[in-house]
Amino acid sequence: MAMNAKTIPNEEMFYGHKACGGCGGSLTVRLAMKVLGKKSIGVYPPNCMSTVGFIYPHMCYFGNATTAPFAASGAVMSGLRAGADALGHEDWHVYCMAGDGGTADIGIQALSGAIDRNDRVIYICYDNEAYMNTGIQKSGLTPTGTRTTNTPAGSNIHGAIQPKKRIFEIVAAHGIPYAATASVGYPEDYLRKLEKAAACPGTSFIHVLAPCPTGWQAPSEITIELAKEAVDTGMWFLAEYENGQYHLNKNPKEFASIEAYLKKQGRFSHMVQADFDELAAQRDEQWGRMRAEWCD
Amino acid sequence: MNRPKMNPPQAGGKMKLPVGPNAPGGYLMDVSSGMRVFRPVIDQEKCVHCLRCFLVCPDGTIDKSGEQLEIDYDYCKGCGICAHECKVKAIEMIMEGDA
Repeated sequence: MAMNAKTIPNEEMFYGHKACGGCGGSLTVRLAMKVLGKKSIGVYPPNCMSTVGFIYPHMCYFGNATTAPFAASGAVMSGLRAGADALGHEDWHVYCMAGDGGTADIGIQALSGAIDRNDRVIYICYDNEAYMNTGIQKSGLTPTGTRTTNTPAGSNIHGAIQPKKRIFEIVAAHGIPYAATASVGYPEDYLRKLEKAAACPGTSFIHVLAPCPTGWQAPSEITIELAKEAVDTGMWFLAEYENGQYHLNKNPKEFASIEAYLKKQGRFSHMVQADFDELAAQRDEQWGRMRAEWCD
Repeated sequence: MNRPKMNPPQAGGKMKLPVGPNAPGGYLMDVSSGMRVFRPVIDQEKCVHCLRCFLVCPDGTIDKSGEQLEIDYDYCKGCGICAHECKVKAIEMIMEGDA
């Protein structure tokens, strides 16, 4: 059954949380829990979603959820999977909701280990492109030119100097059974990928772009618009990896204006034309490679 | 309205708090409405029930179980995503305190 707004359950399983208004990460969790249902165990390493969901004694998860050490979300998931199987709960899902730093920087070895063991777990990375929970520091998934508190924009250096890590390809290089990228700007696509991940017999990985109004310094109402524009401008891509094959879900003929997208966000407000051109060149290089190698 | 309510468990007139490393899930002690500056109001005449607002609400405060969509103002933070995403402009953001 195709999952869409009409078919997903009305019941909320992540409710009353204290995330900022317009939080993309909380939408990621909310939609994931609607697909996975109450028969699921969530692992939340330190990130905004564990901070806003577990404020003792205000507990916002209506299913099972636990916090994990930052570097151990993959290992904790493996343990919970083994425990659930030993108790005969083979039909339960074990998933984790890690941020971009918890996936690409701190948690990468535990993620790699979980994929290597091929445990039946779902690793969801919600990517807001910096360590937002601790006050907007640069992570491995922060794009070039982003102003964060430890990559300030001055007259010489304009924000972060490193490009975004290609974590989707790093994960796919493990030979994982199912990996995908998604965006909260295309929620139906994200729901479809969640369903696929839930049905996957081995480890699955979904990387979701989830804008953060606070860290991106953008108005709270344009969260979904930004996530959609990121895909339309080519700054983000929707792709899947299964059976050893990459597949681009959306291959726009023409990209929307990258400048209009960046100018909506305060974190790029320092940018000059050369910075826009650099990001556009990075995008074109990446898309050239993806179109050459990933398209049938 | 089919949404969880704030319901701090009581025992003998006193608030009962969980003890130990585990706590029951779905234990709401507080509302989020204090974060709100603008209040979304649905114009039921204009609404075509496409459920876009229900799908994209980060807080899940839009209830689709009834005939008409309802907003749980206890937990709505007034972020404005529903009004911005509504294709038929059936949701208006009204300043709290104004009529």
